[in-house]
Amino acid sequence: MSEAVLSQISGPVLRARRRGDFFINEAVAIGERRLLGEVIRIEGEEIVVQVYEDTSGLRPGVPVIGSELPLAIRVGPALLGRIFDGLLRPLSMDIGYYVRPGLSELAPCTFYFEPQVEVGHVLPHGGVFGRILADSAREQRALLAPNIGGRVISIAPSGDIRDDEMVCELETESGERHRVAVSHYWSVRKGRPVAERLLAEQPLLTGQRILDSLFPVARGGKAALPGGFGTGKTVLQESLAKWCDADVIVYVGCGERGNEMAGVLHEFPELEDPRTGRPLMERTVIIANTSNMPVAAREASIYTGLTVAEYFRDQGLHVALMADSTSRWAEALREVSGRLGELPGEGGYPAYLSSRLADFYERAARVTTLGGDEGSLTLIGAVSPPSGDFSEPVTTHTKRYVRCFWALDQSRAQSRFFPAVHPLTSYSEDVEDLTPWWEREGNTEWPRIRRRFLTLVEQQAHIERMARIIGKDALPPKQRLTLLAAELVSDGFLRQSSFSLTDRYCSPARQTAMMRLIDRFITLAEKAVEQEIDIERIQKMAILRRLRRMGEELGDNQLAHYKLLGTRLEAEFAHLVGEAGRAG
Amino acid sequence: MRGNLYASGNITRIDGPLIFLKRSVNVGLNEAVAVIGQDGQARTGRIAALDEEYMTVEVLESTEGLSLSNTRVRFTGRTPHFDVGPGILGRIFDGIGRVRDGGPPVPAEHSLRIDGMAINPAARGKPSDFIETGITTIDLMNSLVRGQKLPIFSGGGLPHDRIAVQIAGRARLRGQEAGDFALVFVGIGVPHHTAESFRRAMENSGALEHTVMFLNHASESSTQRLLTPRFALTAAEYLAFVEGRHVLVIMTDMTNYCEALREVSASHGEIPSRKGYPGYMYSDLAALYERAGTLRDHPGSLTQLPILTMPSDDISHPIPDLTGYITEGQIVLDRELDRKGIYPPVKVLPSLSRLMKDGTGEGYTDPDHPALASQIYAAYARAAQVRVLASVVGEEGLPAVDRQYLGFGDAFETAIIHQEDSRTLEESMAAAWKLLNMLPRDELSRLSDAQIERHLTA
Ligand SMILES: Nc1ncnc2c1ncn2[C@@H]1O[C@H](COP(=O)(O)OP(=O)(O)O)[C@@H](O)[C@H]1O
Ligand SMILES: [Mg+2]
Repeated sequence: MSEAVLSQISGPVLRARRRGDFFINEAVAIGERRLLGEVIRIEGEEIVVQVYEDTSGLRPGVPVIGSELPLAIRVGPALLGRIFDGLLRPLSMDIGYYVRPGLSELAPCTFYFEPQVEVGHVLPHGGVFGRILADSAREQRALLAPNIGGRVISIAPSGDIRDDEMVCELETESGERHRVAVSHYWSVRKGRPVAERLLAEQPLLTGQRILDSLFPVARGGKAALPGGFGTGKTVLQESLAKWCDADVIVYVGCGERGNEMAGVLHEFPELEDPRTGRPLMERTVIIANTSNMPVAAREASIYTGLTVAEYFRDQGLHVALMADSTSRWAEALREVSGRLGELPGEGGYPAYLSSRLADFYERAARVTTLGGDEGSLTLIGAVSPPSGDFSEPVTTHTKRYVRCFWALDQSRAQSRFFPAVHPLTSYSEDVEDLTPWWEREGNTEWPRIRRRFLTLVEQQAHIERMARIIGKDALPPKQRLTLLAAELVSDGFLRQSSFSLTDRYCSPARQTAMMRLIDRFITLAEKAVEQEIDIERIQKMAILRRLRRMGEELGDNQLAHYKLLGTRLEAEFAHLVGEAGRAG
Repeated sequence: MRGNLYASGNITRIDGPLIFLKRSVNVGLNEAVAVIGQDGQARTGRIAALDEEYMTVEVLESTEGLSLSNTRVRFTGRTPHFDVGPGILGRIFDGIGRVRDGGPPVPAEHSLRIDGMAINPAARGKPSDFIETGITTIDLMNSLVRGQKLPIFSGGGLPHDRIAVQIAGRARLRGQEAGDFALVFVGIGVPHHTAESFRRAMENSGALEHTVMFLNHASESSTQRLLTPRFALTAAEYLAFVEGRHVLVIMTDMTNYCEALREVSASHGEIPSRKGYPGYMYSDLAALYERAGTLRDHPGSLTQLPILTMPSDDISHPIPDLTGYITEGQIVLDRELDRKGIYPPVKVLPSLSRLMKDGTGEGYTDPDHPALASQIYAAYARAAQVRVLASVVGEEGLPAVDRQYLGFGDAFETAIIHQEDSRTLEESMAAAWKLLNMLPRDELSRLSDAQIERHLTA
């Protein structure tokens, strides 16, 4: 093992005089407490190391020991349901009330293992060799590391095993022998290879109407969520983590609040996955580097999250990774870059910010795994632009690489209109790919109604500008109806509180029902206006209030009531038109 | 123990707050040192960088009068610590934890790192104890809970101090555990009279023996300002998590803290980020604000009420902007309301309490509290929009509903925001329900039929 001796330290970056060879990205242990670091530069006899923990107390002369391995994490069946720091070291109550330097990785756990291959069987790289069963988590697969494959020489029988125990022996084509466990190490800096990247064809259903129905993201897609402070990034990310139809959620709390992480930990075990009935925590992995934890580890936390997410994808699962916030990660890049004396670019960020963002979002995909299954990784990144100004570097670069842009709007948030996703500044490039899916689900008119809603909101903005000049009272009835209709779309469809028990999740079937009702109301109201029925009378229709509140009042277990609402809607309009006919 | 080790005559360079000296002692990074000049006075410093030959000491006070030959450095052998004990209550300290009230030194029972330690997120409790401040725009619309960090975004000349004193007084009274309460007042670069009037207010309310004060005066070195909240929060953590008290920390003025950070960063020759503030200001502020909270299965809580003055009343300035990204909401004060004589002049639209959802509603306050707050927000936001419209086309061009909103907006400011006396939450809610009668029922889409039935008069 190579050794070096610390020669210079300031903040989280140190230099050490090396004896022996080190390589870039090699993990090192520093001093008695074996603080974790990574080699980020080699300059002749000196190495430069980024330290992932508080460096207080370090001094020249302290040993820096190479691990001969890249900075890597151990992925395996024990990850689900737990919270880790940015380098995948567990943060349970066991470590005490405070995070101290020198944490250690997760201790081995025991699982029930069932082999799925026999001696003689030839496994592809990254292939599946067994199943892992646990009481409190979903069934998982025992995977080979993506760089290992070969003929099975021995395999353990069914039974309890430790996740670091060698349960299978392989011989590669070249005759090399490997013994493997159900968990393995993988570099956090290296994407896990796949057999093939596939086109998107199914939405990641989020249960949020404004996303699923207006700006859908595909499984394997990539979305950004920019917004100033208090616009609802975190609440929306958490809602997605709770209700989206992924099999596994990796939630990366990157440089944000400790209380938010704690909130997830308190809440998720109590909530049920609407699809499986199991506690949500069982499908969730949390990676937390809160804003007061070491900055260098913040930079690593995103890659740790990606590696964990790809590991689950490789099991043939649909995985969604939420990163809150990618801006803190970019700032960590900036800080470390500054300490290395690199030339600052735009906004002080290093010139490679853009390519790092590109690499990050590029890892989202629907794939055929090495083992031959279909899996996907959807990436959803929050962006925190200074002063809520979307023209800053992180937002603008992010926009180039994502397909869905969910722009959060300050003034909506201030009037407590949530989610504050602005329908006019947001977009999704996945719409076309996903239209067939909605049609198959029975929402045959999805593209038309979607367009109609968006057009209304756009016209509303236009008419309101005009009303500022001529006064609302002077608007012709048709335009006043447009305002009414747009408000109905906003209030009755787009607004959805994450804290409402009935409305925090909205199934596709309910979204379809709500969309149709509002669409129908608008059609009938337009007809009524054409028949010169006074707009004020439409405004006073009792059904209107029911439509504006249906999201909160009629949950997913009351789908039949939406039919009744439809009947009422027809009846009220018939009455209105009839009355007008009699009067005229 | 290196506690008594001295180095002298090894100093090669003094540059602003930095002293470079030959590494004659085996010290570690961030260790605290005392730098003693010819005047015999000890200035606090810390080891900022080390290499094989040299060490860099950052002096956290003025380096005035130091020379290469007559300066000695004493090493403490550990990162900066603060000695605390039950005796700190009722006492006044300077910005770096030295007794400032002329009394005897405080008997130390614990010696704690002033930088604290990051709370393990898995060990945090869930803050949910509602604090009734008596202020409607806070209690009803932006509720404060124990363990929250909720800053006041103010401006020069606005009555933030009065509001802070009012909250401090009420927070103490709530709940049966009034005796377990403590208050930490942190004056950062504040004029003498601010600190003095706070002290007097606490004295009058009989809370002085539950109060600890840390005062860094405007005339004192700005580098010390960076330490003041760290000493104060160390004391607060001791009171909260060792003694198990409910601690409210009032820190004013965080803008002075950020200015000091900018100044010190510039003197280090660091590349500045927005408006000259260092790129790490977010993390630096977070290291302070994240010290608020509660611990799982552990008594005590640490609530922070930082006050900052927004330069040019601009909420998008880096100081309020970064703060808002870290804290759990903000209470924004408004000059226009203040000019109209409205007290407390809380600008409700940009104000927010992120933890309100955890401490209000069924089982916490009133089941209808969240819906009422949401409705009031929606209606007032609409009123604000209509106002803009009316200022252009005049009230005559508005439909009848919009004119009702205008009336609602005005009444909201004079009857809800403005208050002569403290209100209980029930009184605040009653006033709000009453006000909603001004609007047509159809408009109240955030309320259920049952809520309308229950609370609005026919
Ligand atoms: N979808 C939502 N439903 C209800 N309330 C929300 C929603 N999104 C945001 N909020 C409210 O806005 C506050 C701020 O949201 P948050 O997600 O913390 O903002 P950000 O992360 O953008 O700073 C929350 O505390 C909550 O009160
Ligand atoms: Mg957030």
